[in-house]
Amino acid sequence: MSLLRVTSPHASGQGQVSTVMRDVLVATLPGILVLTAYFGPGTLINIVFGGLIAVATEYAVTALRGRNPRVAISDLSILVTSTLLCIALPPYAPWWLIVIGVLTAVLLGKQVFGGLGYNPFNPAMVGYVVLLISFPVQMSAWASPRGLAEVPGLGDTLRHLFSPGTIDAVTAATPLDLLRQNTGLLFEDLLTNSPELTGWGGIGWFEVNLAFLAGGLWLLYRRIFTWHAPIAMLVALGACALIGYDGGSSESGGSAFFHLFSGATMFAAFFIITDPVSSAVSNKGRLLFGALIGALIYLIRTLGNYPDAVAFAVLILNFCAPFIDHYTQPKVYGTGSPES
Amino acid sequence: MRAIHDIHGGIHPPERKALSRPGDLQEAPIPPVLVLPVRQHLGVPALPVVAVGDTVLGGQVLAEAQGVMSVPVHAPTSGTVIAIESRPIAHASGLADHCIVIQTDGENRWLAFEGIANWREMDPAKLVERIREAGIAGLGGAGFPTAVKLSPGPARSIETLLINGTECEPYITADDTLMQCRADELVEGAHILAHILSADTVLIGIEDNKPDAIASVEAAISRAGVDIELATFPTKYPSGGEKQIIEILTGQQVPSGGIPADMGIVCVNPGTAVAAQQAIIDGKPLTHRIVTLTGEALAAPQNVTACLGTPITQLLKHAELSAEAQQRIIHGGPMMGFAVSDLNAPITKITNCLLAPTETELPLPEPAQPCIRCGHCAEACPASLLPQQLYWYARAKDQEQLAEHRLFDCIECGACAYVCPSQIPLVQYYRAAKGQIRDSEQEKRRSDNSRERFEARQARLEAETAAREAKRAARKAAAQSKAAETGSDPIQEAIERAKARKAEQEPNP
Repeated sequence: MSLLRVTSPHASGQGQVSTVMRDVLVATLPGILVLTAYFGPGTLINIVFGGLIAVATEYAVTALRGRNPRVAISDLSILVTSTLLCIALPPYAPWWLIVIGVLTAVLLGKQVFGGLGYNPFNPAMVGYVVLLISFPVQMSAWASPRGLAEVPGLGDTLRHLFSPGTIDAVTAATPLDLLRQNTGLLFEDLLTNSPELTGWGGIGWFEVNLAFLAGGLWLLYRRIFTWHAPIAMLVALGACALIGYDGGSSESGGSAFFHLFSGATMFAAFFIITDPVSSAVSNKGRLLFGALIGALIYLIRTLGNYPDAVAFAVLILNFCAPFIDHYTQPKVYGTGSPES
Repeated sequence: MRAIHDIHGGIHPPERKALSRPGDLQEAPIPPVLVLPVRQHLGVPALPVVAVGDTVLGGQVLAEAQGVMSVPVHAPTSGTVIAIESRPIAHASGLADHCIVIQTDGENRWLAFEGIANWREMDPAKLVERIREAGIAGLGGAGFPTAVKLSPGPARSIETLLINGTECEPYITADDTLMQCRADELVEGAHILAHILSADTVLIGIEDNKPDAIASVEAAISRAGVDIELATFPTKYPSGGEKQIIEILTGQQVPSGGIPADMGIVCVNPGTAVAAQQAIIDGKPLTHRIVTLTGEALAAPQNVTACLGTPITQLLKHAELSAEAQQRIIHGGPMMGFAVSDLNAPITKITNCLLAPTETELPLPEPAQPCIRCGHCAEACPASLLPQQLYWYARAKDQEQLAEHRLFDCIECGACAYVCPSQIPLVQYYRAAKGQIRDSEQEKRRSDNSRERFEARQARLEAETAAREAKRAARKAAAQSKAAETGSDPIQEAIERAKARKAEQEPNP
C-alpha cells in the first residue's frame, strides 16, 4: 500500500462541464423543432452543417495550439456555440455564410482568446454580428413561415445548401422588419393588415419564443444558470416597450407582448445572455447585465437599422461585464448587514 | 423557540454518517508505544519536563505550557519515556515535529486526581487555570487553547456560551457519539464554562440529522434541571463553521477580522465542554479523545475512545483496514481533512476522524478543465465570496484584487470545489495565494525593518557628527572669548609652547 497525498476537499459533486453543455443543447430542442415546423428543415441543416465545421475547426485549432483536441471537443462547448449561431442564422442560408460565421465564432470569438473560459465575448454573437455587417442581404432573407408559402423538403434544402437557387427563395419580412418599416399604420392596423403578423407575435414567432422559453425554464430548473439575467432582460424589455407603446400610434414601438414574443427575445434571454463566460459574475451584476441588454434590445429594435438587436446588445454588454463586476461585488460575510 | 436563520450557500454532500455507527462508543486498546507531540494545539509548543528513561504515570505532566498561547501535555497511561525527538506527525505539511515517546507498561497506573466540588463558589480565574493545566485545547479541530477562549478580557462581556454540536462534515460522528454517550457530562461542562464566562445564555446547537444526540442532550438537560437552550436546525454543510452557526442561531455575522467574543459569544465544541467538566469535577487532564474510524476500506468502522499519541496505524488496524494499492488516509473529514503522509504519525487533541475511503467511494478528482464562470461556486460559498473571481486572481497572482475580493474571509470549507463542474481544486489555489500573500507581507515587514534600521543608523551618525561639530565650535568660541578677556591668544601661546618643547628635546649640536 502506498499513501496517496491529495488536498481537500476529497469529496466532489461529480459535476462535469460536458453535462452543463449537454443540458443546454437538449434545451434548444423544442425551439429547433418549432422552427423546423414553421420554417422547414433549413435550421436543422444549418445546425448539422455548422456543427461539423465547428468541430473540425476546434479540433484543428486546439491541436495546433498543443492542447488535447479530444478533451476540447468532449466538453461539448463548441457544439453549443455552433448550434446557437446556426439557430440564429436564416434558414436556407448559403453554405459559405455558415462556414464564415462558424469560423469567425470559433476562431475570433473563442480560440484567439485561449479557448473555453477565456472569451470576453459571446462567440456565437461575434460570428453573427460579423455576418450581419458583412452580408446584410443574405442575413435578412428569413424564410416565409408555413401557411404563407410552401415549405421546402429535406432533399431540396440539402441541394439548396450547396447550389443556392435550387429553392425559389421564398422569403418574407419578419414581424420586427414590418414594425420597423411601418410608417403610417396604427399598431393594431399593422397587425391586421400584414399576413405575416397573424397570430400572437407573427406567424410561428410566438410559438418559437414559447418553445425557447420552455427550454430555458427547464435549464433554470436544472440550475444551469440563475434567473437573474434572463428575468431582468425580459422585465427591462417589457418595461421599455410599455413606455414606448404610446397607445399604438403609427410611431409606436410595438406592444410589450409583441417584443417579448417576437424575434429572438426568448432565445436571447435563456440561451445567449446566460453564457456564463462572457456575462457578469455576481447575481446583482447579472441583474444589471440582463436589464441593460433588455433596454438596448428595445432601443436598437425601434431606433436602429438591423432586423434584430440581440447580438449588438449582448456584445456591448460583454464589453461592460468587467466594469459591472467591479461595482456589484456581493457583501461578503462579516462585512455588513447580512444579505436577505 | 429560537428563530433559525439561513446562511448563504452551502451544499448537501452525501452524509455517510451511519457507517461509523454513531452512539456506539468502543475503547481502543492501549498501544505499546505512544507518540505525544509537544504541540497538539494552536500556539507555542509545550516544553518537555521529563527525560528519557523516566517512568511516568497516567495523567502526569510530560511537557509544560510555555506562556499564554500554550497548553501542557500529559501521559495517557503509565510507562517509560524512551525518546524525545522529532517524529512524523499528522499535519497537512507532512513535516515532523518534536514528540515525547512513551513505551507503555500495560499496567495503566494513574496519578490520583482531586476535583473541585464547589466550583460554583470558585473564582473563575482559578477554574480557567485548572482548565489550562488540564491541557485542554479546542477538540473541534483547530486546537485553540481553551483557557485563552475563556479569558476574553474585561473589554468584552460574554452573554452567550454556544456549544457547537453541528458536526456538519460528512462521515464524522465523534461529537454525535459524545453527545449521546456523555450528555450529562456535556451539560455540566457547559454549565461550568458558562459560570466561568458569566454568560447568561447557554445554547447547544445540533443539526437535525442527529435525532439520537438531540434526544440524549434534551434528557440530560431536564435531568440536570438547568437553564440550557437546545437549538436544532436543518442539515447543511458547512453549518458547523463557527461563523456559520453563529449566523444560524443569532442572525448576526461575526465582523470580518473579528472574533465571536466581540459580539458577546464564545463558541466551543462539545468535546471541549466534556474535557472541561472532567478537568474541574474529576481533576483529570485531557489524555483521551473520541475518534471516528470510518470509510469503506475499514471492515469495522466505529467510534473509539483512544489515548492521545496512539499511532494512526494502530487505530486503522483496530478498525480492520484492508488497504487498496493506493490508499488515502484522511485526517478529519472529506471536505476539510488532509491526507496523512505517514501512518506512524499519532492522533492528537484535534483528531476527530480518520477516514479510509475506497477509490469508488470518494473518486479522485478528474483533471481540471477551464473555468466557465458558471457561478455555482458563488452560489455555494457560505462567505458570499466570488470563488470564480478569486480563482482568476489567484492564478494571476494579483494580490490587490485578491484583497479586494476578500480572500482572507475564505474559510476553506471546500463547498466551491465540491460543486465545480470543471473540477478545479479551488481551495488549493486559495491556500497557495494566502501563503504567498503572507510571505510577501513578511518580506515587506523584513525590508521595512531593515530600512528603518538603516535610517536610524544614519540619523544616529548624523547626530554624532553634529554633536562633535557643536563641541568643537563651543571650544573654539570659549578660547576666543578667553583671548578677548586676557588679551592673549591661546592659539599663539600653544604654538609658542610647542616650539619651546621642541627646542628642549632637540639635542644641542
